[in-house]
Amino acid sequence: MPTPRPRRSPAWTPARLGVYGFLIVAALFFLLPLYVMLVTSVKPMEEIRLGTLFALPQHLTLEPWVQAWSSACTGLECGGIRSGFWNSVAIVVPSTILSIAIGAVNGYALSFWRPRGAGLLFAILMMGAFIPVQVMIYPLVRVLASVNLFSSLPGIIIIHTIFGMPVMTLLFRNYYAALPMELFKAARIDGGGFWRIFLQLMLPMSTPVIVVAVIMQVTGIWNDFLLGLVFAGSEHLPMTVQLNNIINTTTGERLYNVNMAATILTSIVPLALYFISGRWFVRGIASGAVKG
Amino acid sequence: MTQKRQSVSFAAYIAMVPMALTVLLAYLGTMLWTARVSVSSSRTFPASDFVGASQYIRLFNNERWLLSLQNVALYGVLFIAACLVIGFLLAVFIDQKVMAEGALRTIFLYPYAMSFVATGLIWQWILNPELGIQEVLHKLGWTSAKFDWIVDQDMAIYTIVIATVWQASGLVMALMLSGLRGVDDEIWKAARIDGIPRWRVYTSIVLPMLKPSVSTAFVLLFVMVVKVFDAVVAMTQGGPGTASEVPAKFIMDYLFGRANIGLASAASIVLLLTVLAIVAPLYFVRNRRAAMGA
Repeated sequence: MPTPRPRRSPAWTPARLGVYGFLIVAALFFLLPLYVMLVTSVKPMEEIRLGTLFALPQHLTLEPWVQAWSSACTGLECGGIRSGFWNSVAIVVPSTILSIAIGAVNGYALSFWRPRGAGLLFAILMMGAFIPVQVMIYPLVRVLASVNLFSSLPGIIIIHTIFGMPVMTLLFRNYYAALPMELFKAARIDGGGFWRIFLQLMLPMSTPVIVVAVIMQVTGIWNDFLLGLVFAGSEHLPMTVQLNNIINTTTGERLYNVNMAATILTSIVPLALYFISGRWFVRGIASGAVKG
Repeated sequence: MTQKRQSVSFAAYIAMVPMALTVLLAYLGTMLWTARVSVSSSRTFPASDFVGASQYIRLFNNERWLLSLQNVALYGVLFIAACLVIGFLLAVFIDQKVMAEGALRTIFLYPYAMSFVATGLIWQWILNPELGIQEVLHKLGWTSAKFDWIVDQDMAIYTIVIATVWQASGLVMALMLSGLRGVDDEIWKAARIDGIPRWRVYTSIVLPMLKPSVSTAFVLLFVMVVKVFDAVVAMTQGGPGTASEVPAKFIMDYLFGRANIGLASAASIVLLLTVLAIVAPLYFVRNRRAAMGA
Protein backbone atom coordinates (compact mmCIF):
# COMPACT_ATOMS: atom_id res chain seq x y z
CA MET A 1 0.00 0.00 0.00
CA PRO A 2 1.49 3.33 -0.98
CA THR A 3 1.86 5.50 2.05
CA PRO A 4 1.83 9.27 1.62
CA ARG A 5 5.27 10.80 1.87
CA PRO A 6 5.99 12.16 5.33
CA ARG A 7 5.04 15.82 5.40
CA ARG A 8 7.95 17.55 6.98
CA SER A 9 7.95 21.25 6.52
CA PRO A 10 11.30 21.63 4.78
CA ALA A 11 13.61 24.10 6.44
CA TRP A 12 15.18 26.91 4.44
CA THR A 13 18.49 25.20 4.03
CA PRO A 14 20.96 26.31 1.37
CA ALA A 15 19.97 23.20 -0.63
CA ARG A 16 16.36 24.30 -0.45
CA LEU A 17 17.24 27.77 -1.67
CA GLY A 18 19.22 26.17 -4.47
CA VAL A 19 16.19 24.18 -5.55
CA TYR A 20 14.06 27.30 -5.72
CA GLY A 21 16.84 29.27 -7.35
CA PHE A 22 17.11 26.73 -10.14
CA LEU A 23 13.37 26.53 -10.64
CA ILE A 24 12.93 30.30 -10.71
CA VAL A 25 15.70 30.80 -13.24
CA ALA A 26 14.29 28.01 -15.38
CA ALA A 27 10.78 29.44 -15.14
CA LEU A 28 12.05 32.86 -16.22
CA PHE A 29 13.78 31.33 -19.23
CA PHE A 30 10.59 29.53 -20.24
CA LEU A 31 8.44 32.63 -19.75
CA LEU A 32 10.80 35.07 -21.44
CA PRO A 33 9.63 34.46 -25.03
CA LEU A 34 6.00 34.78 -24.00
CA TYR A 35 6.78 38.05 -22.28
CA VAL A 36 8.75 39.42 -25.23
CA MET A 37 5.99 38.40 -27.60
CA LEU A 38 3.29 40.08 -25.53
CA VAL A 39 5.18 43.31 -24.95
CA THR A 40 6.27 43.58 -28.56
CA SER A 41 2.72 43.10 -29.78
CA VAL A 42 1.44 46.16 -27.90
CA LYS A 43 4.29 48.56 -28.75
CA PRO A 44 4.26 51.04 -31.60
CA MET A 45 7.07 50.53 -34.14
CA GLU A 46 8.93 53.67 -32.95
CA GLU A 47 9.51 52.00 -29.60
CA ILE A 48 10.59 48.75 -31.18
CA ARG A 49 13.20 50.57 -33.28
CA LEU A 50 14.88 51.70 -30.07
CA GLY A 51 16.01 48.12 -29.54
CA THR A 52 14.66 47.80 -26.03
CA LEU A 53 13.42 44.27 -26.37
CA PHE A 54 12.52 43.70 -22.74
CA ALA A 55 11.15 47.14 -21.88
CA LEU A 56 7.50 47.61 -21.12
CA PRO A 57 5.59 49.66 -23.70
CA GLN A 58 5.56 53.43 -23.15
CA HIS A 59 2.48 53.92 -25.28
CA LEU A 60 0.30 50.89 -25.18
CA THR A 61 -1.44 50.22 -28.47
CA LEU A 62 -3.73 47.48 -29.71
CA GLU A 63 -3.32 48.58 -33.31
CA PRO A 64 -0.85 45.75 -34.14
CA TRP A 65 -3.45 43.19 -33.08
CA VAL A 66 -6.08 44.79 -35.30
CA GLN A 67 -3.64 44.83 -38.20
CA ALA A 68 -2.53 41.26 -37.65
CA TRP A 69 -6.10 40.09 -37.60
CA SER A 70 -7.52 42.04 -40.48
CA SER A 71 -4.98 43.78 -42.71
CA ALA A 72 -1.52 42.25 -42.54
CA CYS A 73 -0.22 40.91 -45.85
CA THR A 74 0.06 37.14 -46.16
CA GLY A 75 2.00 37.06 -49.39
CA LEU A 76 0.03 38.93 -52.06
CA GLU A 77 -3.20 39.28 -50.16
CA CYS A 78 -3.56 41.76 -47.34
CA GLY A 79 -6.59 40.60 -45.43
CA GLY A 80 -4.81 39.73 -42.20
CA ILE A 81 -4.61 36.35 -40.60
CA ARG A 82 -8.31 36.04 -40.01
CA SER A 83 -8.98 34.03 -43.17
CA GLY A 84 -6.26 31.63 -42.03
CA PHE A 85 -8.01 31.32 -38.71
CA TRP A 86 -11.24 30.28 -40.35
CA ASN A 87 -9.38 27.99 -42.76
CA SER A 88 -7.77 26.28 -39.77
CA VAL A 89 -11.15 25.89 -38.11
CA ALA A 90 -12.59 24.44 -41.31
CA ILE A 91 -9.70 21.97 -41.48
CA VAL A 92 -9.46 21.08 -37.79
CA VAL A 93 -13.13 20.39 -37.03
CA PRO A 94 -13.86 17.75 -39.69
CA SER A 95 -10.35 16.26 -39.52
CA THR A 96 -10.65 15.79 -35.78
CA ILE A 97 -14.11 14.24 -35.97
CA LEU A 98 -13.22 11.94 -38.85
CA SER A 99 -9.89 10.77 -37.46
CA ILE A 100 -11.40 10.08 -34.04
CA ALA A 101 -14.37 8.24 -35.54
CA ILE A 102 -12.10 5.99 -37.58
CA GLY A 103 -9.63 5.52 -34.74
CA ALA A 104 -12.45 4.53 -32.37
CA VAL A 105 -13.95 2.02 -34.79
CA ASN A 106 -10.49 0.58 -35.50
CA GLY A 107 -9.68 0.26 -31.82
CA TYR A 108 -13.04 -1.33 -31.10
CA ALA A 109 -12.75 -3.85 -33.93
CA LEU A 110 -9.16 -4.68 -32.97
CA SER A 111 -9.97 -5.22 -29.30
CA PHE A 112 -13.22 -7.16 -29.49
CA TRP A 113 -13.80 -8.57 -32.97
CA ARG A 114 -10.30 -9.20 -34.19
CA PRO A 115 -11.10 -9.82 -37.85
CA ARG A 116 -8.49 -11.91 -39.59
CA GLY A 117 -5.52 -9.92 -40.82
CA ALA A 118 -6.37 -6.90 -38.68
CA GLY A 119 -3.46 -7.55 -36.32
CA LEU A 120 -0.99 -7.43 -39.19
CA LEU A 121 -2.57 -4.27 -40.60
CA PHE A 122 -2.30 -2.67 -37.18
CA ALA A 123 1.36 -3.62 -36.84
CA ILE A 124 2.14 -1.98 -40.19
CA LEU A 125 0.05 1.03 -39.23
CA MET A 126 2.19 1.45 -36.10
CA MET A 127 5.35 1.30 -38.15
CA GLY A 128 3.75 3.89 -40.39
CA ALA A 129 3.86 6.31 -37.48
CA PHE A 130 7.63 6.41 -37.91
CA ILE A 131 7.79 6.75 -41.67
CA PRO A 132 9.05 10.25 -42.44
CA VAL A 133 6.21 12.09 -44.19
CA GLN A 134 8.56 13.04 -47.02
CA VAL A 135 8.43 9.43 -48.19
CA MET A 136 4.68 9.65 -48.61
CA ILE A 137 4.06 13.22 -49.67
CA TYR A 138 4.69 13.15 -53.39
CA PRO A 139 2.82 9.92 -54.14
CA LEU A 140 -0.09 11.17 -52.04
CA VAL A 141 -0.12 14.41 -54.01
CA ARG A 142 -0.44 12.40 -57.19
CA VAL A 143 -3.13 10.10 -55.80
CA LEU A 144 -5.19 13.05 -54.59
CA ALA A 145 -4.64 14.92 -57.86
CA SER A 146 -5.86 11.90 -59.82
CA VAL A 147 -9.19 12.03 -57.98
CA ASN A 148 -9.36 15.84 -58.08
CA LEU A 149 -8.93 16.29 -54.35
CA PHE A 150 -5.49 17.88 -54.34
CA SER A 151 -5.48 21.46 -53.01
CA SER A 152 -8.98 21.09 -51.64
CA LEU A 153 -10.56 21.06 -48.22
CA PRO A 154 -11.64 17.40 -48.43
CA GLY A 155 -8.10 16.58 -49.59
CA ILE A 156 -6.35 18.06 -46.55
CA ILE A 157 -8.98 16.48 -44.27
CA ILE A 158 -8.26 13.04 -45.72
CA ILE A 159 -4.53 13.64 -45.28
CA HIS A 160 -4.91 14.55 -41.61
CA THR A 161 -7.10 11.49 -41.09
CA ILE A 162 -4.48 9.25 -42.69
CA PHE A 163 -1.63 10.66 -40.64
CA GLY A 164 -3.66 10.69 -37.43
CA MET A 165 -4.77 7.10 -37.77
CA PRO A 166 -1.85 5.31 -36.05
CA VAL A 167 -2.04 7.25 -32.79
CA MET A 168 -5.84 7.42 -32.73
CA THR A 169 -6.17 3.69 -33.35
CA LEU A 170 -3.58 2.89 -30.69
CA LEU A 171 -5.24 5.20 -28.18
CA PHE A 172 -8.67 3.60 -28.58
CA ARG A 173 -7.30 0.08 -28.83
CA ASN A 174 -5.51 0.47 -25.51
CA TYR A 175 -8.60 1.97 -23.93
CA TYR A 176 -10.92 -0.78 -25.12
CA ALA A 177 -8.41 -3.49 -24.26
CA ALA A 178 -8.67 -2.40 -20.62
CA LEU A 179 -12.47 -2.86 -20.60
CA PRO A 180 -13.73 -6.24 -19.34
CA MET A 181 -14.37 -8.73 -22.12
CA GLU A 182 -17.44 -10.00 -20.22
CA LEU A 183 -19.19 -6.77 -20.99
CA PHE A 184 -18.77 -7.39 -24.68
CA LYS A 185 -19.77 -11.05 -24.40
CA ALA A 186 -22.94 -10.13 -22.52
CA ALA A 187 -23.85 -7.68 -25.25
CA ARG A 188 -23.24 -10.38 -27.85
CA ILE A 189 -25.53 -12.79 -26.02
CA ASP A 190 -28.20 -10.10 -25.92
CA GLY A 191 -28.00 -10.11 -29.70
CA GLY A 192 -26.03 -6.91 -30.25
CA GLY A 193 -24.36 -6.57 -33.64
CA PHE A 194 -21.06 -4.87 -34.53
CA TRP A 195 -22.39 -1.35 -34.89
CA ARG A 196 -25.05 -1.59 -32.20
CA ILE A 197 -22.57 -2.65 -29.54
CA PHE A 198 -20.24 0.10 -30.66
CA LEU A 199 -22.81 2.88 -30.71
CA GLN A 200 -24.88 1.93 -27.67
CA LEU A 201 -22.33 0.38 -25.36
CA MET A 202 -18.74 1.29 -26.22
CA LEU A 203 -19.12 4.86 -27.41
CA PRO A 204 -21.00 6.10 -24.33
CA MET A 205 -18.23 4.58 -22.19
CA SER A 206 -15.51 6.27 -24.19
CA THR A 207 -15.87 9.87 -23.03
CA PRO A 208 -12.50 10.08 -21.21
CA VAL A 209 -10.52 8.71 -24.14
CA ILE A 210 -12.45 10.87 -26.60
CA VAL A 211 -11.52 13.96 -24.59
CA VAL A 212 -7.84 13.00 -24.79
CA ALA A 213 -8.17 12.27 -28.50
CA VAL A 214 -9.84 15.63 -29.19
CA ILE A 215 -7.06 17.49 -27.37
CA MET A 216 -4.36 15.61 -29.24
CA GLN A 217 -5.92 16.01 -32.67
CA VAL A 218 -7.01 19.63 -32.33
CA THR A 219 -3.55 20.65 -31.10
CA GLY A 220 -1.70 18.54 -33.62
CA ILE A 221 -3.76 19.56 -36.64
CA TRP A 222 -3.95 23.21 -35.66
CA ASN A 223 -0.16 23.32 -35.30
CA ASP A 224 0.52 21.44 -38.53
CA PHE A 225 2.53 23.35 -41.10
CA LEU A 226 3.99 20.93 -43.62
CA LEU A 227 0.81 19.10 -44.60
CA GLY A 228 -1.19 22.31 -44.83
CA LEU A 229 1.51 23.87 -46.96
CA VAL A 230 1.48 21.02 -49.47
CA PHE A 231 -2.09 19.75 -49.50
CA ALA A 232 -4.46 22.54 -48.47
CA GLY A 233 -4.15 24.68 -51.58
CA SER A 234 -3.98 28.48 -51.63
CA GLU A 235 -7.69 28.82 -50.90
CA HIS A 236 -7.51 26.94 -47.64
CA LEU A 237 -4.06 27.65 -46.24
CA PRO A 238 -4.13 27.07 -42.49
CA MET A 239 -3.17 29.78 -40.04
CA THR A 240 0.35 28.45 -39.45
CA VAL A 241 1.24 28.75 -43.14
CA GLN A 242 -0.25 32.24 -43.40
CA LEU A 243 1.63 33.27 -40.29
CA ASN A 244 4.90 32.17 -41.81
CA ASN A 245 4.00 34.07 -44.99
CA ILE A 246 3.22 37.24 -43.05
CA ILE A 247 6.57 37.19 -41.34
CA ASN A 248 8.90 35.83 -43.96
CA THR A 249 7.68 37.38 -47.21
CA THR A 250 7.01 40.97 -46.29
CA THR A 251 8.79 43.60 -48.28
CA GLY A 252 9.75 46.93 -46.79
CA GLU A 253 9.96 47.49 -43.09
CA ARG A 254 9.18 44.48 -40.95
CA LEU A 255 6.37 45.19 -38.57
CA TYR A 256 7.56 43.21 -35.61
CA ASN A 257 4.65 44.22 -33.43
CA VAL A 258 2.15 42.99 -36.02
CA ASN A 259 4.21 39.83 -36.49
CA MET A 260 4.17 39.05 -32.80
CA ALA A 261 0.44 39.74 -32.51
CA ALA A 262 -0.12 37.34 -35.42
CA THR A 263 2.06 34.73 -33.74
CA ILE A 264 0.06 34.98 -30.52
CA LEU A 265 -3.22 34.83 -32.42
CA THR A 266 -2.05 31.66 -34.15
CA SER A 267 -1.05 30.07 -30.86
CA ILE A 268 -4.19 31.04 -28.96
CA VAL A 269 -6.27 27.99 -29.77
CA PRO A 270 -3.75 25.31 -28.70
CA LEU A 271 -2.62 27.39 -25.70
CA ALA A 272 -6.21 27.88 -24.53
CA LEU A 273 -6.80 24.16 -24.92
CA TYR A 274 -3.68 23.47 -22.90
CA PHE A 275 -4.54 25.87 -20.09
CA ILE A 276 -8.13 24.68 -19.88
CA SER A 277 -7.49 20.97 -20.14
CA GLY A 278 -4.28 20.81 -18.09
CA ARG A 279 -3.94 17.27 -16.89
CA TRP A 280 -5.83 15.85 -19.87
CA PHE A 281 -3.31 17.44 -22.17
CA VAL A 282 -0.48 15.70 -20.33
CA ARG A 283 -2.36 12.45 -20.49
CA GLY A 284 -2.74 12.95 -24.22
CA ILE A 285 1.00 13.43 -24.62
CA ALA A 286 1.65 10.33 -22.57
CA SER A 287 -0.74 8.28 -24.69
CA GLY A 288 0.77 9.66 -27.85
CA ALA A 289 4.16 8.79 -26.47
CA VAL A 290 3.19 5.15 -26.15
CA LYS A 291 3.50 4.82 -29.89
CA GLY A 292 7.22 4.42 -29.36
CA MET B 1 -26.29 -18.97 -35.62
CA THR B 2 -23.59 -19.46 -38.22
CA GLN B 3 -25.51 -17.21 -40.57
CA LYS B 4 -25.59 -14.44 -37.97
CA ARG B 5 -21.95 -14.80 -37.02
CA GLN B 6 -20.92 -14.41 -40.61
CA SER B 7 -22.96 -11.28 -41.17
CA VAL B 8 -21.55 -9.76 -38.01
CA SER B 9 -17.94 -10.39 -38.84
CA PHE B 10 -18.68 -8.95 -42.27
CA ALA B 11 -19.45 -5.66 -40.54
CA ALA B 12 -16.10 -5.88 -38.75
CA TYR B 13 -14.36 -6.33 -42.08
CA ILE B 14 -16.19 -3.36 -43.55
CA ALA B 15 -15.10 -1.30 -40.53
CA MET B 16 -11.49 -2.18 -41.27
CA VAL B 17 -11.63 -0.83 -44.82
CA PRO B 18 -10.32 2.69 -44.02
CA MET B 19 -7.40 1.21 -42.08
CA ALA B 20 -6.66 -1.31 -44.82
CA LEU B 21 -6.73 1.42 -47.48
CA THR B 22 -4.49 3.65 -45.40
CA VAL B 23 -1.97 0.91 -44.73
CA LEU B 24 -1.90 -0.48 -48.25
CA LEU B 25 -2.17 2.74 -50.27
CA ALA B 26 -0.91 5.55 -48.06
CA TYR B 27 1.85 3.70 -46.22
CA LEU B 28 3.05 0.65 -48.13
CA GLY B 29 2.02 1.92 -51.56
CA THR B 30 3.72 5.28 -51.23
CA MET B 31 6.84 3.68 -49.80
CA LEU B 32 7.12 1.31 -52.76
CA TRP B 33 6.36 4.12 -55.20
CA THR B 34 9.04 6.33 -53.70
CA ALA B 35 11.52 3.46 -53.66
CA ARG B 36 10.74 2.80 -57.32
CA VAL B 37 11.11 6.45 -58.33
CA SER B 38 14.41 6.64 -56.46
CA VAL B 39 15.94 4.21 -58.95
CA SER B 40 14.57 5.99 -62.02
CA SER B 41 15.78 9.05 -63.86
CA SER B 42 12.69 11.07 -62.84
CA ARG B 43 13.00 14.83 -62.81
CA THR B 44 9.84 16.93 -63.09
CA PHE B 45 7.68 13.90 -63.83
CA PRO B 46 8.09 10.34 -62.63
CA ALA B 47 9.85 8.19 -65.25
CA SER B 48 9.58 4.45 -65.46
CA ASP B 49 13.13 3.62 -66.52
CA PHE B 50 15.70 2.01 -64.29
CA VAL B 51 19.00 3.74 -63.59
CA GLY B 52 20.18 1.70 -60.65
CA ALA B 53 21.78 3.58 -57.80
CA SER B 54 22.72 6.64 -59.80
CA GLN B 55 20.28 8.96 -57.95
CA TYR B 56 21.81 7.78 -54.69
CA ILE B 57 25.30 8.42 -56.04
CA ARG B 58 24.26 11.90 -57.15
CA LEU B 59 22.68 12.45 -53.78
CA PHE B 60 25.83 11.64 -51.88
CA ASN B 61 27.83 13.84 -54.21
CA ASN B 62 25.46 16.71 -53.52
CA GLU B 63 27.10 19.09 -51.10
CA ARG B 64 23.85 20.52 -49.93
CA TRP B 65 22.63 17.05 -48.95
CA LEU B 66 25.85 16.23 -47.15
CA LEU B 67 25.62 19.52 -45.32
CA SER B 68 22.02 18.80 -44.36
CA LEU B 69 23.04 15.39 -42.97
CA GLN B 70 25.86 16.94 -41.02
CA ASN B 71 23.49 19.60 -39.69
CA VAL B 72 20.79 17.19 -38.66
CA ALA B 73 23.32 14.93 -36.92
CA LEU B 74 24.73 17.85 -34.96
CA TYR B 75 21.27 19.24 -34.32
CA GLY B 76 19.94 15.83 -33.28
CA VAL B 77 22.70 15.08 -30.78
CA LEU B 78 22.46 18.51 -29.17
CA PHE B 79 18.68 18.68 -29.21
CA ILE B 80 18.13 15.22 -27.75
CA ALA B 81 20.88 15.56 -25.14
CA ALA B 82 19.73 19.03 -24.05
CA CYS B 83 16.06 18.05 -23.86
CA LEU B 84 16.82 14.92 -21.85
CA VAL B 85 19.14 16.69 -19.42
CA ILE B 86 16.97 19.79 -18.94
CA GLY B 87 13.76 17.75 -18.81
CA PHE B 88 15.24 15.39 -16.23
CA LEU B 89 16.58 18.22 -14.09
CA LEU B 90 13.28 20.08 -14.19
CA ALA B 91 11.43 16.92 -13.18
CA VAL B 92 13.85 16.18 -10.32
CA PHE B 93 13.69 19.74 -8.97
CA ILE B 94 9.91 19.87 -9.24
CA ASP B 95 9.76 16.57 -7.38
CA GLN B 96 11.29 18.14 -4.22
CA LYS B 97 7.87 18.98 -2.75
CA VAL B 98 8.13 22.57 -3.86
CA MET B 99 5.54 25.29 -3.66
CA ALA B 100 3.48 26.17 -6.72
CA GLU B 101 4.30 22.87 -8.38
CA GLY B 102 1.28 23.07 -10.64
CA ALA B 103 2.20 26.55 -11.86
CA LEU B 104 5.78 25.50 -12.55
CA ARG B 105 4.70 22.47 -14.54
CA THR B 106 2.36 24.65 -16.55
CA ILE B 107 5.16 27.11 -17.29
CA PHE B 108 7.60 24.44 -18.41
CA LEU B 109 5.14 22.66 -20.64
CA TYR B 110 3.22 25.48 -22.35
CA PRO B 111 5.71 25.91 -25.22
CA TYR B 112 4.94 22.35 -26.25
CA ALA B 113 1.36 23.36 -27.00
CA MET B 114 2.58 25.83 -29.61
CA SER B 115 3.50 25.09 -33.19
CA PHE B 116 7.11 24.86 -34.34
CA VAL B 117 6.38 27.73 -36.70
CA ALA B 118 5.28 30.02 -33.88
CA THR B 119 8.22 28.91 -31.75
CA GLY B 120 10.63 29.58 -34.59
CA LEU B 121 9.21 33.03 -35.24
CA ILE B 122 9.37 34.08 -31.60
CA TRP B 123 13.01 33.10 -31.34
CA GLN B 124 13.80 34.64 -34.68
CA TRP B 125 12.60 37.89 -33.14
CA ILE B 126 14.48 37.49 -29.85
CA LEU B 127 17.71 36.56 -31.63
CA ASN B 128 17.39 39.28 -34.26
CA PRO B 129 20.82 40.97 -34.13
CA GLU B 130 19.58 44.50 -34.79
CA LEU B 131 16.76 44.65 -32.26
CA GLY B 132 16.99 41.53 -30.17
CA ILE B 133 19.19 40.38 -27.31
CA GLN B 134 22.41 41.60 -28.90
CA GLU B 135 21.05 45.13 -29.11
CA VAL B 136 19.81 44.97 -25.53
CA LEU B 137 23.31 44.02 -24.38
CA HIS B 138 24.74 46.92 -26.40
CA LYS B 139 22.26 49.31 -24.82
CA LEU B 140 23.29 48.07 -21.41
CA GLY B 141 26.78 49.26 -22.21
CA TRP B 142 28.33 45.99 -23.26
CA THR B 143 28.98 47.29 -26.75
CA SER B 144 31.24 44.46 -27.81
CA ALA B 145 28.63 41.81 -27.05
CA LYS B 146 28.05 39.59 -30.04
CA PHE B 147 25.01 37.36 -30.30
CA ASP B 148 24.21 37.22 -33.98
CA TRP B 149 24.15 33.44 -34.33
CA ILE B 150 21.01 33.48 -36.41
CA VAL B 151 22.77 35.25 -39.28
CA ASP B 152 26.10 33.52 -38.74
CA GLN B 153 26.91 30.65 -41.13
CA ASP B 154 28.59 28.59 -38.45
CA MET B 155 26.15 29.26 -35.64
CA ALA B 156 22.68 29.36 -37.25
CA ILE B 157 21.98 25.69 -36.56
CA TYR B 158 22.50 26.29 -32.83
CA THR B 159 19.72 28.85 -32.76
CA ILE B 160 17.37 26.15 -34.00
CA VAL B 161 18.58 23.98 -31.14
CA ILE B 162 17.78 26.74 -28.63
CA ALA B 163 14.28 27.34 -29.95
CA THR B 164 13.28 23.70 -30.23
CA VAL B 165 14.80 22.73 -26.86
CA TRP B 166 12.76 25.54 -25.34
CA GLN B 167 9.72 24.04 -26.97
CA ALA B 168 10.23 20.35 -26.25
CA SER B 169 12.04 19.96 -22.94
CA GLY B 170 8.79 20.44 -21.00
CA LEU B 171 7.54 17.31 -22.70
CA VAL B 172 10.50 15.35 -21.34
CA MET B 173 9.84 16.87 -17.92
CA ALA B 174 6.23 15.64 -18.01
CA LEU B 175 7.28 12.13 -18.98
CA MET B 176 10.07 11.97 -16.39
CA LEU B 177 7.86 13.39 -13.67
CA SER B 178 5.30 10.65 -14.15
CA GLY B 179 8.18 8.17 -14.01
CA LEU B 180 9.52 9.72 -10.79
CA ARG B 181 6.10 9.59 -9.18
CA GLY B 182 6.10 5.86 -9.82
CA VAL B 183 9.29 5.34 -7.79
CA ASP B 184 8.55 3.52 -4.56
CA ASP B 185 8.90 5.62 -1.41
CA GLU B 186 10.62 2.71 0.34
CA ILE B 187 13.68 3.40 -1.76
CA TRP B 188 13.87 6.93 -0.39
CA LYS B 189 13.42 5.71 3.17
CA ALA B 190 16.09 3.04 2.79
CA ALA B 191 18.48 5.53 1.24
CA ARG B 192 17.90 7.99 4.07
CA ILE B 193 18.57 5.33 6.68
CA ASP B 194 21.77 4.33 4.90
CA GLY B 195 22.76 7.99 4.70
CA ILE B 196 23.09 8.03 0.92
CA PRO B 197 22.96 11.58 -0.47
CA ARG B 198 19.94 12.41 -2.59
CA TRP B 199 21.88 13.11 -5.77
CA ARG B 200 23.50 9.65 -5.51
CA VAL B 201 20.09 8.05 -5.20
CA TYR B 202 18.92 9.94 -8.27
CA THR B 203 21.88 9.05 -10.43
CA SER B 204 22.50 5.45 -9.30
CA ILE B 205 19.04 4.15 -8.42
CA VAL B 206 16.26 6.34 -9.74
CA LEU B 207 17.67 7.13 -13.18
CA PRO B 208 18.09 3.45 -14.11
CA MET B 209 14.50 2.90 -12.97
CA LEU B 210 13.31 5.60 -15.36
CA LYS B 211 14.54 3.71 -18.41
CA PRO B 212 11.04 3.32 -19.92
CA SER B 213 10.40 7.08 -19.63
CA VAL B 214 13.81 7.84 -21.07
CA SER B 215 13.38 5.53 -24.02
CA THR B 216 9.90 6.89 -24.74
CA ALA B 217 11.26 10.43 -24.60
CA PHE B 218 14.18 9.44 -26.82
CA VAL B 219 11.94 7.99 -29.50
CA LEU B 220 9.67 11.04 -29.48
CA LEU B 221 12.60 13.42 -29.67
CA PHE B 222 14.24 11.35 -32.39
CA VAL B 223 11.09 11.51 -34.50
CA MET B 224 11.10 15.30 -34.02
CA VAL B 225 14.71 15.47 -35.19
CA VAL B 226 13.97 13.61 -38.40
CA LYS B 227 10.93 15.80 -38.98
CA VAL B 228 12.62 19.11 -38.21
CA PHE B 229 11.36 21.43 -40.93
CA ASP B 230 8.84 23.97 -39.65
CA ALA B 231 11.22 25.53 -37.17
CA VAL B 232 13.99 25.86 -39.76
CA VAL B 233 11.66 27.40 -42.32
CA ALA B 234 10.34 29.84 -39.74
CA MET B 235 13.69 30.82 -38.26
CA THR B 236 16.35 30.80 -40.93
CA GLN B 237 14.76 29.36 -44.10
CA GLY B 238 17.76 27.07 -44.19
CA GLY B 239 20.14 30.01 -44.30
CA PRO B 240 22.24 32.00 -44.22
CA GLY B 241 22.89 30.48 -47.63
CA THR B 242 22.41 26.80 -46.97
CA ALA B 243 24.07 26.86 -43.55
CA SER B 244 21.09 25.48 -41.63
CA GLU B 245 19.77 23.15 -44.31
CA VAL B 246 18.16 19.93 -42.99
CA PRO B 247 17.16 16.74 -44.85
CA ALA B 248 13.41 17.26 -44.52
CA LYS B 249 13.76 20.68 -46.10
CA PHE B 250 16.18 19.46 -48.75
CA ILE B 251 13.62 16.87 -49.83
CA MET B 252 10.75 19.39 -49.93
CA ASP B 253 12.84 21.79 -52.00
CA TYR B 254 13.81 19.16 -54.54
CA LEU B 255 10.27 17.75 -54.74
CA PHE B 256 8.40 20.99 -55.21
CA GLY B 257 10.87 23.78 -55.86
CA ARG B 258 13.57 22.22 -57.98
CA ALA B 259 11.46 19.52 -59.62
CA ASN B 260 13.88 16.70 -59.09
CA ILE B 261 11.71 13.97 -57.67
CA GLY B 262 14.17 11.17 -58.43
CA LEU B 263 16.80 12.74 -56.21
CA ALA B 264 14.27 13.73 -53.57
CA SER B 265 12.88 10.19 -53.50
CA ALA B 266 16.35 8.74 -53.01
CA ALA B 267 16.84 11.18 -50.15
CA SER B 268 13.55 10.20 -48.52
CA ILE B 269 14.43 6.52 -48.75
CA VAL B 270 17.75 7.24 -47.03
CA LEU B 271 15.83 9.07 -44.31
CA LEU B 272 13.39 6.19 -43.96
CA LEU B 273 16.15 3.61 -43.62
CA THR B 274 17.88 5.73 -40.98
CA VAL B 275 14.68 5.97 -38.95
CA LEU B 276 14.02 2.25 -39.19
CA ALA B 277 17.61 1.44 -38.24
CA ILE B 278 17.31 3.45 -35.04
CA VAL B 279 13.68 2.96 -34.03
CA ALA B 280 13.21 -0.70 -34.94
CA PRO B 281 15.73 -2.08 -32.39
CA LEU B 282 14.19 0.04 -29.62
CA TYR B 283 10.73 -1.10 -30.59
CA PHE B 284 11.87 -4.70 -30.67
CA VAL B 285 13.55 -4.51 -27.27
CA ARG B 286 10.51 -2.94 -25.72
CA ASN B 287 8.10 -5.50 -27.16
CA ARG B 288 10.30 -8.31 -25.94
CA ARG B 289 10.50 -6.79 -22.52
CA ALA B 290 6.70 -6.40 -22.49
CA ALA B 291 6.26 -9.98 -23.63
CA MET B 292 8.61 -11.25 -20.93
CA GLY B 293 6.93 -9.14 -18.29
CA ALA B 294 3.51 -10.48 -19.23
